[in-house]
Amino acid sequence: MSEFILEMQKITKLYPGVKALDNVTLQFRPGEVHALVGENGAGKSTLIKTASGAIEPTGGRIVVGGCSHPALTPTESAENGSAVGYQEFTLVPVMTAAANICLGKYIRRGPFCDFRAMNRQAAALFKRLNIDIDPEAEVSTLTTGYQQIVEIAKAVASNPKILIMDEPSAPLTTNEVDSMLDIVRMLKREGVAVIYITHRMDEIFQIADRVSVLRDGQYIATKTIAETNKEDLIRLLVGRSLKETFPERPASDGEVVLELDNVTGNGVKNVSFSLRKGEILGLGGLVGAGRTELAALIFGNAEVRSGEMRLHGKPLRPKTPGDAISRGISLVPEDRKTQGLLLNMTVSENITVASVRKLSNRSFLNARSEEAFTQKQIDNLNIKTPSSRQLARNLSGGNQQKVVLGKWLGTDPDILIFDEPTRGIDVGAKQEIYRLMSAIARSGKSILMISSEMEELLGMSDRVVVLSKGRVTGILDKADFSQEKVMKYAVEGHNVAK
Amino acid sequence: MSRNNGSGFRVGDYGLVIVLFAMLAFFTVYAPNFMQFSNFFNVSRQIAVLGIVSVGMTIVLICGGIDLSLGYHISLANVLCAWLMVKGGISPLYAAAIILVMGVCLGLLNGFIIVKTGVAPLIVTLAMLNILNGVSFTISKGVPIFGFPRSFSILGQGNLFRTVPYSLLIMLAVFLVGSIILKKTYFGRYFYAIGSNEEAAKLSGINTPRIKMLAYGICGFLASLGGLVMLSRTNSGLSTNGAGFEFNVITACVLGGVSANGGRGTVFGALVGVLIVGFLDNGLLLMNVSSYPQLIIKGVLMLCAVVYDTMSIRKSESIRRMAAIDADNIG
Repeated sequence: MSEFILEMQKITKLYPGVKALDNVTLQFRPGEVHALVGENGAGKSTLIKTASGAIEPTGGRIVVGGCSHPALTPTESAENGSAVGYQEFTLVPVMTAAANICLGKYIRRGPFCDFRAMNRQAAALFKRLNIDIDPEAEVSTLTTGYQQIVEIAKAVASNPKILIMDEPSAPLTTNEVDSMLDIVRMLKREGVAVIYITHRMDEIFQIADRVSVLRDGQYIATKTIAETNKEDLIRLLVGRSLKETFPERPASDGEVVLELDNVTGNGVKNVSFSLRKGEILGLGGLVGAGRTELAALIFGNAEVRSGEMRLHGKPLRPKTPGDAISRGISLVPEDRKTQGLLLNMTVSENITVASVRKLSNRSFLNARSEEAFTQKQIDNLNIKTPSSRQLARNLSGGNQQKVVLGKWLGTDPDILIFDEPTRGIDVGAKQEIYRLMSAIARSGKSILMISSEMEELLGMSDRVVVLSKGRVTGILDKADFSQEKVMKYAVEGHNVAK
Repeated sequence: MSRNNGSGFRVGDYGLVIVLFAMLAFFTVYAPNFMQFSNFFNVSRQIAVLGIVSVGMTIVLICGGIDLSLGYHISLANVLCAWLMVKGGISPLYAAAIILVMGVCLGLLNGFIIVKTGVAPLIVTLAMLNILNGVSFTISKGVPIFGFPRSFSILGQGNLFRTVPYSLLIMLAVFLVGSIILKKTYFGRYFYAIGSNEEAAKLSGINTPRIKMLAYGICGFLASLGGLVMLSRTNSGLSTNGAGFEFNVITACVLGGVSANGGRGTVFGALVGVLIVGFLDNGLLLMNVSSYPQLIIKGVLMLCAVVYDTMSIRKSESIRRMAAIDADNIG
């Protein structure tokens, strides 16, 4: 037996017109957390799908359990002790956490499911992983963060020897990331090989033993954590030197554009704050603190029960998003795929959808003005797409986000609400989004930014409003910014989990 | 051809036209009297109703909905119009106007219930199907109503210059207008947007409830128009006239590449679907195939169409996806 539990040898995967993987060789040791990084499209997903048996490589060998295979089937992969915690949830929302964890391996008593035994099994697993989730809770009632934890627990339940985690932290808040990392450390102690895919640099340095970098389908380097640092990794990642920095902006002291006065409704209670012209106001807090819900109130997607909102001093009571848009408010939503994009429609149709009525002559579309409108946003935002006729689903995450942004900039809004503006976007594209947001603020528009990434929140914002359980628990000026203060306000009124 | 989206041409479209011509060639050889002008006009009279109604269904399907009540809506339009003319003594023109207004109202009612309650369109229109069936039988008591003024038969039986059926012209006009709505108007674009992703459409400021009601309203109007043309052709108002018609309509639409999942499809595709279903019925009839095997053939055809549609989308998407990632990396 070699020291490696899994070896990918010279793996190549060809798709028509593109090499998704080009001669990639990687080795994974038991009891090691091996981080895998790369920009979107670098081949990480293709590689782990090869390892989990979801796709068949064009060339190369996979050595697992002492045997060399040209390709694996999902069953073979599972038999060899591999488990995957997927990025997109694979949970059944209407079933309980326990039933999800046992999915496909139901404990039966004769022809019947033994739910009690499954609940016990799940409870034992949760206890072992030190997480506080009721096994009988229906998954749909859990927060996104907890759902992700259940997803991970489900992968752990099969007692894998190799655990592949695809961006496990993406939907998690700082607290939840910590408990997730604890789980990873525990598995590592038990000798599990963890393949950990992430976009977040700080996590790599917290948890990984080694890190491998892929770029454009090619293997770039493998380093132990001790021999590398953040700048070095980013340089390897993008092939050029790039510091994760936030653009400097002059302090804004423009007039107040939007004012909230004791706003209540949609799970938000007595929220008051103001947003100035040219300001980036951060909204911090844990997942479920009511930030997205607050955005829905401002954007007319939920009903304000009491309190008042004022836009330019005039009352704002949008009944629909359409009302809010006509008053100059935009929302770049949390989930691009389900809320932001028409995935099966073209880039052009996506960019014009909020303005298409204005671009029309009476009821009739004007193809030329639509094309000009689209092209302007593609140029302005530097959207990388073969043409304006490309389907939105085919773009990378960063470019998709720019398409959503282009849709809104076209309506010339005064206020843009960004809900997790860089979720699931690679490092290079993140920088671009930050630069664009800065430019937008400098041009005199105001930004309300919801962010669960602490660095982003503190790096981008002029001020930060922290919410906890639907209430404002603190407002920080730039001079008072610190992660500790934000966390202190964010957990106010919470009995911290664990 | 490089685009595969709502308002453009579908990959399947050309393939479908080839299927249509292959079928025509087959029947020309094997079905007696198939390749004759008189037969073509005969077919066009038979498919006119299917064509008119399929445009409505296309719009509703693109919006991500479905209208199962179409068949019995047609029956009700038949029976009520006949009743108005025969028992009510109302002139054909007024009777037709009343029926068309009723059609819009029924469609809007479907839409209203769907957008206000959030109940699945399949269920709402299934309930509506039974209601309309009951109403039409209550009016007709199950017996045919006939004896209309002669002028009423022009719609379904009359010919322009004694050759081209008016019903064919109405159908072509409906296709033309439907195509303009879907391709050239902003609310046509909204139909696709809602079918593609209703949540995103709503968050982009589209008044989704109103646009969906509009789709069902158009569909209701066209169902009633189809019912009138059918009544004029058959000359007899019968509660079973439209029974099961929605199956033919959905088959034609899906054959034509209109996605049952919403967001994709064209009126042109639906037209090709209608022609395939129409000529298939006619050709099999001329070959003396009885109506039961016909059902089997149509069912199999529909299944093949849906399977082909789903597979081709998956394949073309994965290829284009890789191409886009490629462009993204190079660009």
